[in-house]
Amino acid sequence: MKRLFAPLVVIVAVLFALAPYLIAEAPYESTMGLVQKIFYFHVPSWIAMYTAIAVCGVASSLYLFRSNKSADGYAVAGAEVAVLFGLMGLVSGPLWGRKAWGVWWVWEPRLTSALLMELIFIACLLVRKYGGPGSEKLAAATGLFGAATSPFVYKSVDIWRTQHPKTSVVPALLKGSMAGSELPFLISALAFVLLSVLLMSLRVTLAERQAALDDLYLEYEE
Amino acid sequence: MKTILIAVVCSIVLAGPAAAMQPPAAQGEYVPASPGAATEQLPAAPLLIAAYAFVWIAAMGYVWTIARRLHKVEDDLRALERKTTRTSR
Repeated sequence: MKRLFAPLVVIVAVLFALAPYLIAEAPYESTMGLVQKIFYFHVPSWIAMYTAIAVCGVASSLYLFRSNKSADGYAVAGAEVAVLFGLMGLVSGPLWGRKAWGVWWVWEPRLTSALLMELIFIACLLVRKYGGPGSEKLAAATGLFGAATSPFVYKSVDIWRTQHPKTSVVPALLKGSMAGSELPFLISALAFVLLSVLLMSLRVTLAERQAALDDLYLEYEE
Repeated sequence: MKTILIAVVCSIVLAGPAAAMQPPAAQGEYVPASPGAATEQLPAAPLLIAAYAFVWIAAMGYVWTIARRLHKVEDDLRALERKTTRTSR
């Protein structure tokens, strides 16, 4: 990963430089107009969050069930990055809703469950930071619980009748329901996913250095 | 028997209002605007700019916190390494 880091930074920078031009050229949606363009950052931020959640879930399982020490660093990186991208989604969504629905927030299934999922990952980080000795296991269990809730959050718009657009919006868009919007969306989604990978690798490096510091402290104490 | 009858009557009477109170069906796919159609009543640009600005500020802020934490850990590591080499002598 360390060898891939610099090329990835360049690729992400190019994609983020390209995305605004493509988004500006994308067609306007019939009922929402300009504000619908938040979609090109809003949905990719959730995709990036789900990427981080997947990493957190897998790493938490490895740490809990196989006692894989190095997986702990990936679990905390996944949880932190999930909180970051979740926050982006939770802020950009109401800004879109204010114009599209006339209100900042509605306590409907998708928005409420997404907020709860964000709170679960914040809880995971708080447990790890302030839980005292052995809190890593509890935090890993919380991360795994958060990962298990994520499919329900994603499918909530299809299960319940909600104000939020359904999951079919993205596949329909990629099939050409809004000609000209596929490329900006794909470029933006790729940029966000790669950014999440970069941020997680940075956070893993920090976790590894912290583990090295802890080992050195123990050595010094002895 | 009377209770069941009341329950059935209540269900029939309340079914109509309950169905009417359901939210409208969610949008299944996006439809492009027809050319020249007036779509904007409330300015959307500030909301759009705020959303994009927040995404950038949050990402940059997170990178800054990682850099700060990494520097602190590296400083602590160097200090501890100096201490351990001094005590081993």
